[in-house]
Amino acid sequence: MAYLDHAATTPMLDEALEAYVATAREVGNASSLHAAGRRARRRVEESREKVAAVLGARPSEVIFTGGGTESDNLAVKGIFWARRGAAPGRRRVVSSAVEHHAVLDAVDWLVEHEGAEVGWLPVDAAGRLDPEDLRAELAAHTDRVAVVTAMWANNEAGTIQPVAELAAVAAEHGVPFHTDAIQAVGQVPVDFGASGVAALTVTGHKLGGPTGVGALLLARDVPATPLLHGGGQERDIRSGTLDTAGIVAFAVAVETAVKGQQEYAARVAALRDDLVERVRRAVPEVIYNGDPTDRLPGNAHFSFPGCEGDALLLLLDAQGIACSTGSACSAGVAQPSHVLLAMGADDDRARSSLRFTLGHTSTQADVDALIAALPAAVDRARRAAALRTPR
Amino acid sequence: MKVLAAMSGGVDSAVAAARAVAAGHDVTGVHLALARNPQTYRTGARGCCTLEDSRDARRAADVIGIPFYVWDMADRFHEDVVDDFVAEYAAGRTPNPCLRCNEKIKFAAVLDRAVALGFDAVVTGHHARLGPDGLLRRSVDIAKDQSYVLAVLTREQLDRSIFPLGDSTKAQVRAEAAERGLAVADKPDSHDICFIADGDTRGFLAGRLGEAPGDVVDASTGAVVGSHSGAYAYTVGQRRGLHLDRPAADGRPRYVLSITPKTNTVTVGPAEALEVSEVRAVRPVWTGDARPDAPVECEVQLRAHGDVVPATVALDGDLLHAELRRPVRGVAAGQAVVAYRSDPAGDVVLGSATITG
Repeated sequence: MAYLDHAATTPMLDEALEAYVATAREVGNASSLHAAGRRARRRVEESREKVAAVLGARPSEVIFTGGGTESDNLAVKGIFWARRGAAPGRRRVVSSAVEHHAVLDAVDWLVEHEGAEVGWLPVDAAGRLDPEDLRAELAAHTDRVAVVTAMWANNEAGTIQPVAELAAVAAEHGVPFHTDAIQAVGQVPVDFGASGVAALTVTGHKLGGPTGVGALLLARDVPATPLLHGGGQERDIRSGTLDTAGIVAFAVAVETAVKGQQEYAARVAALRDDLVERVRRAVPEVIYNGDPTDRLPGNAHFSFPGCEGDALLLLLDAQGIACSTGSACSAGVAQPSHVLLAMGADDDRARSSLRFTLGHTSTQADVDALIAALPAAVDRARRAAALRTPR
Repeated sequence: MKVLAAMSGGVDSAVAAARAVAAGHDVTGVHLALARNPQTYRTGARGCCTLEDSRDARRAADVIGIPFYVWDMADRFHEDVVDDFVAEYAAGRTPNPCLRCNEKIKFAAVLDRAVALGFDAVVTGHHARLGPDGLLRRSVDIAKDQSYVLAVLTREQLDRSIFPLGDSTKAQVRAEAAERGLAVADKPDSHDICFIADGDTRGFLAGRLGEAPGDVVDASTGAVVGSHSGAYAYTVGQRRGLHLDRPAADGRPRYVLSITPKTNTVTVGPAEALEVSEVRAVRPVWTGDARPDAPVECEVQLRAHGDVVPATVALDGDLLHAELRRPVRGVAAGQAVVAYRSDPAGDVVLGSATITG
């Protein structure tokens, strides 16, 4: 099988899996007062320090969560609630049109249920935000913005956002800036402190850790109202018994991915560049979406004119090649990607798109397998898309 | 063969897919998303278009061990089935949306796409037999037989169709589903029309066609005997829901005899006035044997699960004419006339056409 969907999830690193299994064999609730509890607590705190160290944060800024969606929800809703609570006029959320649904839908929920208003920032054809748009948005709504949230790198088109510049603009207006860095950590350099962001989402399973564990890095001076109430763990911001084994494995994965980032990015980008060049040769009409150079090293995102992405996916899947059409709705029906639409693509181009993402286990053979199967698949998909039901 | 199994999320299509695998085919499962807004379709165990049905189909595919995808056919379905359904009622006819869905969606849009993508045939869980002789026959389970809604298929469509359930009763299918560990084994049958969430066809049509008050007229006297809020909501042969102001002179119940969209009139009369001895129909499809030059002695069925009557059927260009040996009540334009040849190995579908009068 050629697994070209590492942005969906990537295999666990051996060292993370081993750490998980070793820790999961031990008993101990990190909140307990006895020796077993203290041992679990020590594992958690060592992991917190590990994550903080490689991501440029202080240990006390690391809040462990149940993964990316929870971290995004905690940041967006939690900061909104806390800031509006302190000043009822601050009910505006500023976000971008290309966010993941974990942010988009959290923002929409605030609008529908909490009386929030929202300012959506546009992107250019490459999917990139312009800090000047944020500056204008904040200037137009002085003292009314509760939180700004914009992702570090896009999960579909692979575009890397000017996060430090955006965070600086938000700081000029004294508004906390959250970034969903799920696709970025381990792929590009990410330094929480140096970036100037107030909150940052990271998750385990995109970088070789387990699914269901992640973190929100949250600066100490940024208030956040909890989503979950209970035992008061994690600075009282995220109650719930700590998943010691998951956290240990997550920290191992984060540390390994971040420390190996440069070498990884060079190797994977070279493979990706080869994939892109050969896809272009095999299917000359293909459109390479996103920024041609300044993008995630493992990401290649194309539109195949005249094809439907879901037909291509089926045909490639039958050849043992795993890739993605991008966003899917709950019924599993391929919807045109909101990211591509925001980048100015029309419906047909958005529906014709396919994402290939490489990762730490990717090899030249994966790329070869794709190139071997692609021309015939494109051919068939074109014939299928050209059909019109006889009336 | 490389085959595509259409999986609704119900027990029939799940077992059909499993049998296709057992028969040695290379099977891929596909659930058709037909609702633009799934919440507006039938929900729970009764539907075939809800998110729950999609999950049931996916789970069945897991158990069977085949790849599974969801195909978005909502736009096609709305144009070719739902809009057609509304337009037919508006024109005073009584459509059969399941038949239309087979004709335009399952064995057209889906089949064509499947063939283009490299599949040889489409497998469905319809209760009908289609053997190596290429003849479409009734299911052994007469109560569940669906040959009527498949009779519209052409030779080309039948040649690319597989119906693995025709030799089994529904009870056998359910038992096999349970044996195979398919959780849908005891899922209730779907009924009625999948895109009308509450089963209220009249309300559904009123929502799309608006209120259009008009007269209910007695056929023999021409007198106005009542009013209605939209002639489109009536079907020939209907007795209930007429709300007539004046009882008939003879005191006997009256039935809808005809609907005239032009004047927005519903005409009613006694039961015997419903009796029809000949049926005219258009757009015939003939698959049971060579298209006949001379009239054929056979049996005809004039609506889903309707009675079967002996008849003489003749084809003339785009027209079909059936002389019935005994009169039948409640023949509605828009329904199909399906001709069968009686056969101990399962009655054979000879052909079909759309009734005009």
